[in-house]
Amino acid sequence: MGKDLITLEHISKSYDGHVVLDDLNLSIYENSFVTLLGPSGCGKTTTLRIIGGFEKPDQGKVIFDGKDITDMAPNKRQLNTVFQKYALFTHMNIAENIAFGLKIKNKPDSYIKDKIKYALKLVNLDGYEKRMPDSLSGGQQQRIAIARAIVNEPKVLLLDEPLGALDLKLRQDMQYELKRLKEELGITFIYVTHDQEEALTMSDHIVVMNQGYIQQEGSPEKIYNEPENAFVADFIGDSNIIRSTMIRDELVEILGARFACVDKGFGENKPVDVVIRPEDIVLVPPEEGTLEGVVTGLTFKGVHYEMDVEAGGFEWLVHSTRLSEVGTRVGIKVDPFDIQIMNVPLSEDEEAISETV
Amino acid sequence: MKKIIERLYLILILIFMYAPIVTLIVLSFNSSKSRARWGGFTLKWYTRLFSDTAVASALFNTLSIAILATIFSTIIGTITCIAMVGLSPKLRSLIMGVTNIPMINADIVTGISLMLLFRFLHIGSGFATILLAHITFNIPFVMLSVMPRIKSMNFYVYEAALDLGATPVVAFVKTILPDLVPGIVSGALMAFTMSLDDFIITYFTKGSGFETLSTLIYNEVKRGIQPEIYALSAIIFIVVLALLLIIYRAPNTKTKEK
Repeated sequence: MGKDLITLEHISKSYDGHVVLDDLNLSIYENSFVTLLGPSGCGKTTTLRIIGGFEKPDQGKVIFDGKDITDMAPNKRQLNTVFQKYALFTHMNIAENIAFGLKIKNKPDSYIKDKIKYALKLVNLDGYEKRMPDSLSGGQQQRIAIARAIVNEPKVLLLDEPLGALDLKLRQDMQYELKRLKEELGITFIYVTHDQEEALTMSDHIVVMNQGYIQQEGSPEKIYNEPENAFVADFIGDSNIIRSTMIRDELVEILGARFACVDKGFGENKPVDVVIRPEDIVLVPPEEGTLEGVVTGLTFKGVHYEMDVEAGGFEWLVHSTRLSEVGTRVGIKVDPFDIQIMNVPLSEDEEAISETV
Repeated sequence: MKKIIERLYLILILIFMYAPIVTLIVLSFNSSKSRARWGGFTLKWYTRLFSDTAVASALFNTLSIAILATIFSTIIGTITCIAMVGLSPKLRSLIMGVTNIPMINADIVTGISLMLLFRFLHIGSGFATILLAHITFNIPFVMLSVMPRIKSMNFYVYEAALDLGATPVVAFVKTILPDLVPGIVSGALMAFTMSLDDFIITYFTKGSGFETLSTLIYNEVKRGIQPEIYALSAIIFIVVLALLLIIYRAPNTKTKEK
């Protein structure tokens, strides 16, 4: 990781008495792909708009490259945004759209022409100069919006759910495209999405947000494998979250059965939350399992089967490529390092706040 | 059978609506002064009309008032609409309701109240008072035609322009204004038409010695109607009709730059 490029310090923002962001602190490194991930209303778009300069925080500072830009107008900032609804200028053709920022900066015509060509090539839309935005598909419009932003050579590109309106296949293609663009341009991307899969696929660094607080930040692997609380575990992928008791270091009692685990330092006989990913559960013959149960539901998902297993009074979600018919008695086995232990939140409010530093 | 009755009904309605105007236009080409007898085709009422200095000065007054009233009401109405973007929907519909009242209000009430106001404020009657009155009653028509454009607007384009380095003024001119142009044009045409054919409000606010086409016709009619007036009325009808046709076409044809 490089040096800090953008730092948000103690940012608070509320609309009509409704708190959207509360004392948010965040550092964004140079040349990283950072994703703000969370459900709608978690404050991720507001955070992006504060960085872009479209909203002023009630409190706190935005530091960009060592300078305080909290009060700087959006047109003076060295960053560009790709908006959710594309926001192309419908009465201008594609070339005019891409040239907009460069013309305002009074760049010479030949430079602008080269830049348009370069940007269209970069987004795989060579030869589209004379087309009108209305005649392009959603995915193409989005790519033009990206081209229009990057010709200005921003240090940071802000992307507000840019793939939200596209269909699944196109969205997946665009995810790889964006990742490639980021590598080629070597600039910082700050990406906002509510799609956890999108976040895992593209990011170097994920910031999970809920109710105006940062719940957890870290690499995609860390967020997925070691969620710090039930919200993150639940939001990122499917998971079994079970209230359990930590017997002692490296031993946890789940639904009356004792499982070996690798976590330490939670104390003895303390209540904890356990997260087990559905694909980490191994179904074995009943006598071999740590816990015994019955398959109650079965769905074919393509890559794997999704099974519901009733065991110890809990309905376990299990993903496996091996089929167990409904009604089969099975044993549940989990490897120690696949059991993730989390502290139990003290209250509902705590659940949102607990992870803010 | 049902279709024939439907057609017949439509034709009847159109006859009822347009028979008087057709009569007027036909009579304007009648060389006989009589309203009952056809004396052959002539253009003499039109030539006499154009050589009439009273008509010429009334026409000049009407046009200059209509043009000025259109310019001012279009600017004021458009700015008001843009300013209303930042308001809450509740306040917005309240303001829209208040500005619509003069449109629903009987012209005679608007006319008399404006006359009383001008007297009270000692504003000399004539050109200025008519112009003020016309600007007043035209603003709601402009707003009515600009507001839907504002409502359907994608304001992200404005932010996108700011994001690309444009100052707020440049961003407005390059992104918001082009989208509003069709609404502004049809609003302006509407205002021009309204101003052109208004009689009642003009009559009450004009004072004495100042005539527009509509008040001139009214005075002439009191002295006994002349066929030139048919010709004049026919011309006014055709002009207003042409303007209305343009207004109804305007929002459909997209304005493309360059």
